[in-house]
Amino acid sequence: MAESDNIVVETAEKIFADLADPQTINNDKKNSWQAPLWQALSDAGLPLSWVPDDLGGSGASLADGFALLNAAGRFAVAVPLAETMLAGWLLAQAKIASPAGEMTVLPASPKDRITLDADGALSGRARGVPFAKAAKHFAVLAHGKDGISIALIDAAKARIEAGLNVGYDHSDTVTLDKVQPVTLKPAPKGFDQTTLMLMGGVARSLQIAGALESMLDISVRYSNERVAFEKKISKFQAVQHNLARLAGESAAALAAATSAADAIANAKAFDNEVYLEAASAKIRCAEAAEKGGGIAHQVHGAIGFTMEHILHRYSLRALAWRDDFGSESHWAVELGKLVASRGADELWPLVASR
Amino acid sequence: MTAALRFDPIRLPEKCEQLRKEVRAFLAEEIAAGTFDPHKPNREDTDAPEFSRRVGAKGWLGMTWPKKYGGQERSFLERYVVTEEMRVANAPTRRFFVADRQSGPVLLKYAPEHIKMDILPRICRGEICFAIGMSEPNSGSDLFAAKTRATKTDGGYLINGTKIWTSSAHIADYMIAIFRTSPPTKENRRHGLTQFLVKMKQPGIKVNPIGQITGQYEFNEVVFTDHFIPDDHVLGEVDGAWKQATSELAYERSGPERFLETYYVLTELVRAVGPNPDTRSAEGIGRLVAQLHTMRRMSVSVAGMLQAGKEPVVEASIVKDIGTVWEQQLPHRVRDLAAFVEETATNRETLEHQLDFAIKTAPKLTIQGGTTEVLRGIIARGLGLR
Repeated sequence: MAESDNIVVETAEKIFADLADPQTINNDKKNSWQAPLWQALSDAGLPLSWVPDDLGGSGASLADGFALLNAAGRFAVAVPLAETMLAGWLLAQAKIASPAGEMTVLPASPKDRITLDADGALSGRARGVPFAKAAKHFAVLAHGKDGISIALIDAAKARIEAGLNVGYDHSDTVTLDKVQPVTLKPAPKGFDQTTLMLMGGVARSLQIAGALESMLDISVRYSNERVAFEKKISKFQAVQHNLARLAGESAAALAAATSAADAIANAKAFDNEVYLEAASAKIRCAEAAEKGGGIAHQVHGAIGFTMEHILHRYSLRALAWRDDFGSESHWAVELGKLVASRGADELWPLVASR
Repeated sequence: MTAALRFDPIRLPEKCEQLRKEVRAFLAEEIAAGTFDPHKPNREDTDAPEFSRRVGAKGWLGMTWPKKYGGQERSFLERYVVTEEMRVANAPTRRFFVADRQSGPVLLKYAPEHIKMDILPRICRGEICFAIGMSEPNSGSDLFAAKTRATKTDGGYLINGTKIWTSSAHIADYMIAIFRTSPPTKENRRHGLTQFLVKMKQPGIKVNPIGQITGQYEFNEVVFTDHFIPDDHVLGEVDGAWKQATSELAYERSGPERFLETYYVLTELVRAVGPNPDTRSAEGIGRLVAQLHTMRRMSVSVAGMLQAGKEPVVEASIVKDIGTVWEQQLPHRVRDLAAFVEETATNRETLEHQLDFAIKTAPKLTIQGGTTEVLRGIIARGLGLR
């Protein structure tokens, strides 16, 4: 990993290294690391990176925030950093100020829908909402008869059924039954649920890519330590070729995710080109999580399958993150439909537009 | 953390878009004039010398080379755009592509001035064709096993031995080849190879075509019998070609030609399924487009590294590995999806015809330009495993 010259990332990496070392975290069954880590991240203004100063945030650029998410993925950070960043970003779209503390966004799946009724109350159900149980506030995207609105609500007013995703992080079902928001404003023109899903998908892509970078690192290191059949296993050609494939998957995930992040950071709107970038990133990163994670476990053998080893902190989270903000199957169908509707002769111009 | 490889999200600059429009307009004219059919990748007439000259006249050959040799001093990214548009259109590039991508840059680096002044402008005009003489019987990707001997004689070398799998040798005017000038040493099995510029169609060179399983004749066996090469046709260091050959490879391994060779079947599938595909077809197309987009972003990124003067050997190997595995699988995935295409699709016959050819082409894609196994070895070395 190249040394970062980005102050946001540098700050975050220092905090992660001090307070979220995967080995220490993995040994701490009481999760006593979570509160100090969140405190340090909050003190540095990182959870509200994407919220402008006048709305209570630290006003970092989109690009810096994306780089921060990639770093969080490299540490497989299991606090609602990405979720709070996304919530703050969503609220800022409607010029709603962000409160302090943990937040998350609803809905987190393209299938779920929250509606806004005539007297300004929110209803609906959202499944698979990451860290809902830990959040003090939710940023909500809602469909009303006059269009899309964005709302800040108090998490205590929602019914939450706790659940766990594949990576053992909270992924909860949130039900809103005529909940009155703290603040409610119309979304800007053109902003819709797909926009939120694309943004969330790119955030997850960067985290998956980060997890793969770490899986490659620890797999290479392990292969240089582990001796079998009187040789370091890194000297077996079959192991080398597996690790070369893992490097390829890690590189592909990082390339797709950083390209999509760069596209969003520099785009004027969430147009077809951004759609191609963001949907592709989520699809390709999910595939890389499956293939790359499989190789990382193969290299580690049985030890990597234990709770004592840190590998699962990366591999299972990368697999779990595939499900948030639209799975790769969802995005593949949508991207395929977009390509087909534009016609065969427009496919190459779309790809070459980036 | 040490292992991760970064592919920065390089964007093609604005002037590339203007160039892209020019290339598309040119190709549309050529198609209209009947030079080639973009729907027929397996045309028999892939030689197209006149087309080659017209591409040269546009200034699209040797684009990055100095003007004094006929080049345009343009960027690698501009060259990249020309290459991908030609490839996507199935344009007949066989006559000029190797010279433009590889042979020209080797001459620029290692040939004496009078040879550069003679040959490079002719490449830029699209007049001459190059072949690359690396593989030999029983060597292939194991470049350092090459045995064809160059024996020192008065004023030059006498060549004896056989090169094989040499693409375009039957139409080539020149070949850049590696011959053995000394035995390998105990310390360095790579020692003893020298790179030469070979003038084809001369005494002592016999080219025997080898049929391919696609039904085409593209590669050849080239037999040298006391063929004479003058001293000034040595390229670079005698016995030191191994150092030169490896730095060439980033050019050969990361370009758009390393993932677009079977691309046409994807376009044709999209045409066949029409504007309202069923879920299965839509998902299949979506995944393939996401994979294609990702590789292209990686490939453009490597072009940016070359433009910045880097030697991205490992990155290029990753692009080649992922890219060629992808383009090899593509016809098979498209075949899976084509099983559900309506009988009434107007391009059904074209799609079937293309699939037939692409499926026959596929086995070679992970072999040419360095086998997958060799590339993974290079990547493993980059990871510090060897």
